[in-house]
Amino acid sequence: MMRNNEMQTTFLSVAENEAFARVVIAAFAMQLSPTVCEIADIKTAVSEAVTNAIVHGYEGTRGMVTLRASIHDHALLSIEISDQGKGIANIQQAMEPFFTTRPEQERSGMGFAVMQTFMDELSVESAPGKGTLIRMKKRIRSRDMLENATHIL
Amino acid sequence: MLRSIRDGDKLLVGLDGELDHFCAQSIRRELDSQLADPTIRQLILDFSGLTFMDSSGIGVILGRYRILRERGGGVSVIHMNDHIARIFHMSGMGKVIRQLDRKQEAVR
Repeated sequence: MMRNNEMQTTFLSVAENEAFARVVIAAFAMQLSPTVCEIADIKTAVSEAVTNAIVHGYEGTRGMVTLRASIHDHALLSIEISDQGKGIANIQQAMEPFFTTRPEQERSGMGFAVMQTFMDELSVESAPGKGTLIRMKKRIRSRDMLENATHIL
Repeated sequence: MLRSIRDGDKLLVGLDGELDHFCAQSIRRELDSQLADPTIRQLILDFSGLTFMDSSGIGVILGRYRILRERGGGVSVIHMNDHIARIFHMSGMGKVIRQLDRKQEAVR
């Protein structure tokens, strides 16, 4: 039986840590025996959230980004990415596909749309000067399937 | 260094590893230095060595498309894996970026 579990890591807001965050979340999620596709979804969503914290939250200045994750109900992965950066004034607008404040940096404005598509749940808490907290959840299906299959056998 | 092959007005470039916000900066720089040659009108990006891409890749591809569109050319992509294809189609890039299955089609 899968036990509940939690992790937390905090790292500097430099672009090199985007790959670091992806590796960390993938390693933590492995205990849920996700499919290759599920792992790619999780890594992509985390990559988007961490990139947002670095590019928009801290705008290239140095601050700390925290990645927290937990596993509960045997198959539910919850992820939180938070920063103490400048925050988002209009969350609804920020979440619109193709909306970007950085067209000159060729930012596509698709970050939140990718998180929304690849995860089951997404919520954003933010206010100017208060930083941003992104919460995402994904139910990992592969283990359910495996357990059902064992049942039948 | 990116692997690239030149054939007339076409440039085929192979991308390796991961394409995120961090890697996008150097990939963009290298692509643009090769595209500085104004006789290149078609850019073909070979994604067979690309293991990860997030929405930063969309910006890189569309940015190069804008450069080549000015010259009456365009951008094509070959060998996308399923995950990258999802991001590609989500962004609506399929409308302006050709997706090819084989290198032969790209350099024809």
